[in-house]
Amino acid sequence: MAKIIVVTSGKGGVGKTTTSASFATGLAARGKKTVVIDFDVGLRNLDLIMGCERRVVFDFVNVIQGEANLRQALIKDKNNENLSILAASQTRDKDALSEEGVEKVLNDLAKEFDYIVCDSPAGIERGAHLAMYFADEALVVTNPEVSSVRDSDRVLGLLSSKTHKSEKGEGRVREHLVLTRYNPVRVEKGEMLSVKDVQDILAIPLLGVIPEASAVLTASNSGAPVILDQNNEAGQAYDDLVARFLGEDRPHRFVEVQKKGFLSKLFGG
Amino acid sequence: MDLLGWFKSKKAPTANTARDRLMMVVAIQRDQDGRRTTTGNGGAVSYLPALREELLAVVRKYVSVPDSAVKVDVQKEAGLEVLEMNITLPERT
Repeated sequence: MAKIIVVTSGKGGVGKTTTSASFATGLAARGKKTVVIDFDVGLRNLDLIMGCERRVVFDFVNVIQGEANLRQALIKDKNNENLSILAASQTRDKDALSEEGVEKVLNDLAKEFDYIVCDSPAGIERGAHLAMYFADEALVVTNPEVSSVRDSDRVLGLLSSKTHKSEKGEGRVREHLVLTRYNPVRVEKGEMLSVKDVQDILAIPLLGVIPEASAVLTASNSGAPVILDQNNEAGQAYDDLVARFLGEDRPHRFVEVQKKGFLSKLFGG
Repeated sequence: MDLLGWFKSKKAPTANTARDRLMMVVAIQRDQDGRRTTTGNGGAVSYLPALREELLAVVRKYVSVPDSAVKVDVQKEAGLEVLEMNITLPERT
């Protein structure tokens, strides 16, 4: 039975696509057959982050409208054969996604894959609604910033009421908090909401804390999900996150200020 | 080392302000969605007693009034939440 996971947040620019790309890549690296779908119709970007933008021929909307079949539209990842990508359409037609269409594609994918990762667009409109509607679990991506936390809370409200599971009385979507762009130095100075603050407010279990890192930008520049960079803290944090999701018990790293030695203090290392 | 930083004035930490403001908006949001809140038992209403106390203190800066002079209530009308405040001032002598 395939598991459907939505990566959502409400607010834009907090790291949904970065998280979707690394999460899906991490699952595939652990041998899970994984597909990651871009639900951001009109503003396709997952293909860029995954580095497959030049191989998009058919997209999600083509499949829903019967202009292509899934086999034609799924893009195999260049590094891992367990991983496939389904790109968003660049159409400006907002109604291109239908609930029945999305359900059928997800059902077809469920026959082939272990995990279906749905990369939600920002906002709470149609695309975001459909990305979460059929989900079993949700990664709620949040920055330690007031606007992001508030929007995440709005999304939690929708997850508890506007999903297939909740409407059909089949239990609830399992929610996980992913805190991104975390800077322990600023938290220690009292300039940034702490992990605990955000957890207290949103009251959902913490899956991972991704430290603010320049590697996230360089990863997107080159189209290689940051989890592939295991020399970097953000990459390592995503690897921990995937391991935790699959049931491993790993302590949270990168949430405390790293104590610097005398030399690195002197030379700003 | 950050020598310049030594001379800069220290700004007050703002994370606590952020947390307090968020708790308030989230409590109201959850109440409107009909969700249970984690910041109090009664949803948005949980901050009302504190609000009333603070209002009373402000009024007392200027006039002397009994505890019962400030009344605060939240009413729901057709999906709209209305914060109702009633402050009774003493009659002029």
